[in-house]
Order: sequence, then structure tokens, then C-alpha cells
Amino acid sequence: MAGNIKISIRNLYKIFGVDPKAALEHVLSGTSKADLLKEHRHVLGLKDINVDMREGQITVIMGLSGSGKSTLIRHLNRLIEPTAGEVWVDGEEVLAYDEARLRKLRREVMSMVFQKFALLPHRTVAENSGTTLKVRGVAKRIYLGEASKWLDRVGLHGYGDHYPHQLSGGMQQRVGIARALTSNSPIMLMDEAFSALDPLIRTDMQDLLLELQTELRKTIVFITHDLDEALKLADRLVILKDGYVVQQGEPQHILLNPNDPYIEDFVSDINRARVLRVRSIMIPLNDGGIPPGAHGEVSFDDTLESIIARSGGDTSHTYVVMRDGMAVGKLEMTSLVKALVPRVASESGARNY
Amino acid sequence: MATYDFVFDGLGLRDWCDAGKTGEGLVSMADLLAKTGVIEESTIWNLPFPSLDQLNEACDSVAQSRDVTKGVEDGFLAAKDALRFVLDPLTQPLSWFLDGALLAFEAAPWWLMFPVLMAIVYYSSKSARLVVFVTICLAFLAFVDHYDHAMQTLAIIFVCALLCVLFGVPIGIAMSRSDRLQRMTIPVLDMLQTLPPFVYLIPLIFLFSVTEPKLYGIAIILYAIVPVIRLTDLGIRLVDKDVIEAADSFGMTDRQKLFGVQIPLALPNIMAGVNQTIMMSLAMVVIASLVSAPGLGVLVLRGIRNLELGVGLVSGLGIVLLAIILDRVTKAALDRVNAAQKH
Ligand SMILES: Nc1ncnc2c1ncn2[C@@H]1O[C@H](COP(=O)(O)OP(=O)(O)O)[C@@H](O)[C@H]1O
Ligand SMILES: [Mg+2]
Repeated sequence: MAGNIKISIRNLYKIFGVDPKAALEHVLSGTSKADLLKEHRHVLGLKDINVDMREGQITVIMGLSGSGKSTLIRHLNRLIEPTAGEVWVDGEEVLAYDEARLRKLRREVMSMVFQKFALLPHRTVAENSGTTLKVRGVAKRIYLGEASKWLDRVGLHGYGDHYPHQLSGGMQQRVGIARALTSNSPIMLMDEAFSALDPLIRTDMQDLLLELQTELRKTIVFITHDLDEALKLADRLVILKDGYVVQQGEPQHILLNPNDPYIEDFVSDINRARVLRVRSIMIPLNDGGIPPGAHGEVSFDDTLESIIARSGGDTSHTYVVMRDGMAVGKLEMTSLVKALVPRVASESGARNY
Repeated sequence: MATYDFVFDGLGLRDWCDAGKTGEGLVSMADLLAKTGVIEESTIWNLPFPSLDQLNEACDSVAQSRDVTKGVEDGFLAAKDALRFVLDPLTQPLSWFLDGALLAFEAAPWWLMFPVLMAIVYYSSKSARLVVFVTICLAFLAFVDHYDHAMQTLAIIFVCALLCVLFGVPIGIAMSRSDRLQRMTIPVLDMLQTLPPFVYLIPLIFLFSVTEPKLYGIAIILYAIVPVIRLTDLGIRLVDKDVIEAADSFGMTDRQKLFGVQIPLALPNIMAGVNQTIMMSLAMVVIASLVSAPGLGVLVLRGIRNLELGVGLVSGLGIVLLAIILDRVTKAALDRVNAAQKH
């Protein structure tokens, strides 16, 4: 699961305003985002970001609106230039690229999916989907062929000759995804790609993305403000607040060990039984012996919800955790129940800011 | 004697004023009146504004207003030859285009012209009803023997509107890309649009001879080019920022972006500009008949000059019909573009 590091962001700062370099000095000497805005009229977009993204994984960047998610993702393909810092892709420093090299990166290495779809209204669905190849000078016959292959793949078979305005929002975003896939780039950037869709359609799209991902194994950077979506998709979760990284790591780990009231607030509202998995709370077996008195076997990747259903609510049960046919740990219902209670309950004041 | 004597006396400029005295060559009306004994009593109620003429009465060294008009005229005449030297060859092709188009539109027999126009209308509007309507209007004009004049008017509009688009769209694009250029161009456009059309004709008449077609060609183009420039600029600036960002993210070059995204998405606005440009060309071609532009305007002018009410009214109706035709056809084309890219 742990691939090579594909994208690496180092000490990235972004300040919006007339003289970002001067404002950077203030930030480095400890001025806060609010003070920077009030006293120096500059907006602190990103502050000292250090994130590694691994090949073949979905890295989800989560944060409330205004926390700098869009700003961060736009640094990867340099739609926004940083004030300071480095962005490495495949071991190359993207900020050192000249215009031609940058264009090559955008055409062949990264493709992007947008919140508002951003399709060309005057082009058909197939032409839209083929745009990413067309810009490289690929012949029309070939890019239309590729486009229709990917349109089929995202469930839009037969819609190639329609215009975007004839499709629903969910279908338009499928075109957006097909367009990104047609470019055949190893990295996909998705900026709140599903946020504009209705909840049911959003779930469909998440399933579609996961299904494509099991097959394509792309490096995906996915942005969202929705924790449920983040937990569903993320191999790795990065949480942003006011432009800095509050916590990053394995989603289950963050859920169980939030290191900031901001995150506790986020995680206090979700259905933990559905999100947490056995592997996160089991006690590993060191000697390999099967514990006595177990009430059955459960799988390493089962959700707690399914275990509760199995136990019928009896908190005295203990289970053996199996992975690939081997016993790897034991699960006590008492620790399961404890894990279901957030460290800080939502009523007890995490909402104070 | 004069009202403002005290100013110059007060400032100690009397000697300077007297130095400007040129004897009694020109006599002002006030002096004459004074000589005939009509003395105007000066009170606060008839205090004249300290205009050039009033100050000149008090001090001969101050210029009179007629010197100013004379100065402007002299300046213009002095610059005229240099301007002509540059502008004449530059604008000469316009005369050729206009002459050529007039010749072609007149030479083409009506039975050829009708199907061609019908085809153009159908191609741009894809509406059979509009084709029928246009044909009826043209047939009516031909029936009352206004066909030739109508064709002359159309020929001039054709050339001028085409040139407006040819120059206006690139200017609009350049404006949309540079805020500085936009800031510099907008006052010029405002001026072109607010000046009454008669005002531009004056310098043009002095620059070019009245018998040359380019005289009215330039007048029409200057007047009608404004909307297409403005709306091209606006249209490109209004293109959805998200789509532009997407285009950038896929690595489009500026050229690919301009022709593949910005112009197509700005097309509804550009077409609206073209529609206005054509309508303004029509308005101006009528006025330009004062400076020898042929067409329906000549008949209107004859109606006014000779008080031939019938001639004026019928040719006026002809202009209205042409206006309706041009407006309907361009609007239909615009609607088609709009329908193709609604969001
Ligand atoms: N071009 C800009 N100029 C000034 N401030 C900006 C600009 N773009 C973004 N910001 C500010 O940077 C912060 C982060 O914005 P953004 O990245 O869009 O947040 P998110 O995508 O998480 O909602 C916000 O405070 C926003 O106001
Ligand atoms: Mg955003």
C-alpha cells in the first residue's frame, strides 16, 4: 500500500497582498493570520505546509471553507505561485520549471477536476472529455476514441453527442472525471469535486471513484470539507485550519487521537461505528496464540457497526481478529464501546470557536 | 470706458495694453453704439462675463474670440497636409472596397441577388419564416423601384460593418488582455459614441475630398465600430473564471485558450456587438448622404430639400424595412449562438 513519495510539499507559504515578501517576514516572526490581515492588510493563505503524498494513494485534504484547501492544491500545478517553499513531483522541483516544462506537467502528469465542473458549454460531451488530449495536438479521431472509452467507463455510454447543459449535475461531473482520465496522467487533483452534488449522487460518485481507483491506482489529491467523504476516500488525511496543517496521518488514527479541539469538533459529529474499523482498536496478538473463550472470528477490516450487530449488543464478548486467514489480534467489546465515545463529546464545548 | 478697465489698471498693466493698440482698424459694435450716442449704463445687473471680447475692449493686448477660431482653423489647415499625406494612402483601400462593393451590388441582376441574399439569411438564421419575410420586404422595395438605392445602402453597410468587425474584434481582444489599454481606449470610445455624427463630418470633409467614398466610409466606421469593440472586450472579460482556470490546468497555450475558449464563450456578446454595429452603420449611412454617400439616404435628403413628402416617406419606409431585416437576421444568428451554449 505504501508507494513511493510522488508529491512532496516543503515549507510552503502563500500570502496574498501587494507585498507578500515583506508580509512573509511578519509571518515568520510569529504574526497570526488575523493580525496579518488587520495590521498589514495581507491574507495568510498557507503557512509552513509540509506534506508528502504517496503514489497510488488518495490523499484527502480537509478543512472548513477558507482554510486554504483550494490554494494548496493549486500550488501543485502552479495555478498559484507560492510566496516561499518547494513543491517536488517525481523528484523534480516544479517551481524551477520554465513555461514549456510546466505546460508539459499540466498536460501529461496532472489533471484536475473542478467543483463547478468547468466544462466547455459549446463543445459536446465527447469533445469536452477529449480536451486534455486535444491540447497536446492529438488527432481528433484518436482523442474522440479515447474520450468515448472513458465516458463508457464513468457510466456515460451514448452521451458523447450531448451538450453539457443537457446533462444533470452528477452526469456533468462524470464528464469532468472522464476528461481528467482521458489525459491518462498519473496524478489527479480534485478540488471539492463532489461538493456541488446532491447527497445521494455524491455517494454514487464516491463509489465510482473508489471503483476506478482499485483498478487505476492513480495518485489522487482530493479536497473536501466533509469528514464523512474524507473518511470514506482517504488513505491519508491532511487537516487544514487557517492555512496550516493541524494534523495529518492515517484517518482512523486521527479519529481516535485528535490532537486539536478543531479536529475533535469535526470528529464528534460523525457516526464512529460506521467509520472505525476493527484494525484500529484491536489488541495485537504477540505470541500468535488464540485467546481462550472467544465468541467467534471477525475480519481485520470489518466496521465496528457490523461487530455490534453480531454481538447483539452484549459487551462481555471477545472476538478473534482474522486477516488473510491468520489470527492477528483480539477485540474486546468493552474497548469497542469506549472507542465509540469521542474523547470530547460534542455538547461539552468543542463548538466554542 | 470698458467694464474691465479697472482690472488692468489695478494690475498696472496699462502700458502693456496700450502697446497692443493697432489703431482704429476694427471697430466694435459697442464703440459704434457709443458714437451714435446710445450709452449703456453699466450696473451690476448687466455686468458682462469677462469673456475674451470684453477683456479686449479694456485692453487691446488681449486676443478676441474670433482670433481663437481663426487660430484653430489655421492650426488645422497647417496640420492638414501632413495628416493627408499619412492618412490618404492608408485609407485608400477603403475607397476601393466601397467602389467595388457598390459596383458589384449594382451590377448583379436582381434574379441573382435575391437567391444569394435568401441563402445568406437562411444560413445565418436557419429559419424559413425569416427568409420569406426578408424576401417579401425586398420584393416590396423592388416593386416600388427602390431596389437600386437599397442595394447601394446594403453595399456600404456590408463593407463598413465587415471592416468594423475585422478591426473591432482584435481591438476588443487586446483591451480585454490589458487593463492599461482598456483604460486608455474607453475615453476614446466614449467620445466617438457621444459626439453627434455631424461633428465628425467637419474635420473629415477638410481632410478628404467630398467626392471620395472613403470620406463617408471613415465616418460610418468610426461611428459604428464602438459597440463591437466594447462588447468583445466585455464578453471576453466575462468568460467564466472557472473555465479559464480549467483551460490553464490542462496546459492550454494562450492561443488555444483564446480561440478554443475565450472567443467561443464570448461569442454571444460579440454577436450582440455586431448587431449594434450594423444598426449604427445603417443610421450613419443615411446621414452620410450629406457627403455624397449613395443609397436610400439620398432620397430622404431629396425629400427634405425639395419638400417632396412622398419621396421622403417612401424611402424612409425603405430604411425602416432594411433596418428590420438586418436586425432580425443578426438577432436570429445571435439566438442560435446563445442556444448552443446555455449553461
Ligand atoms: N486571490 C486571493 N486574494 C486574496 N485572498 C485570497 C485569494 N485567494 C484566496 N484567498 C484567501 O485565502 C484563504 C484560503 O482560501 P481558499 O484556498 O479558497 O480556501 P478553501 O478552498 O479552503 O475554501 C481565504 O482566507 C481566502 O480569502
Ligand atoms: Mg475551495
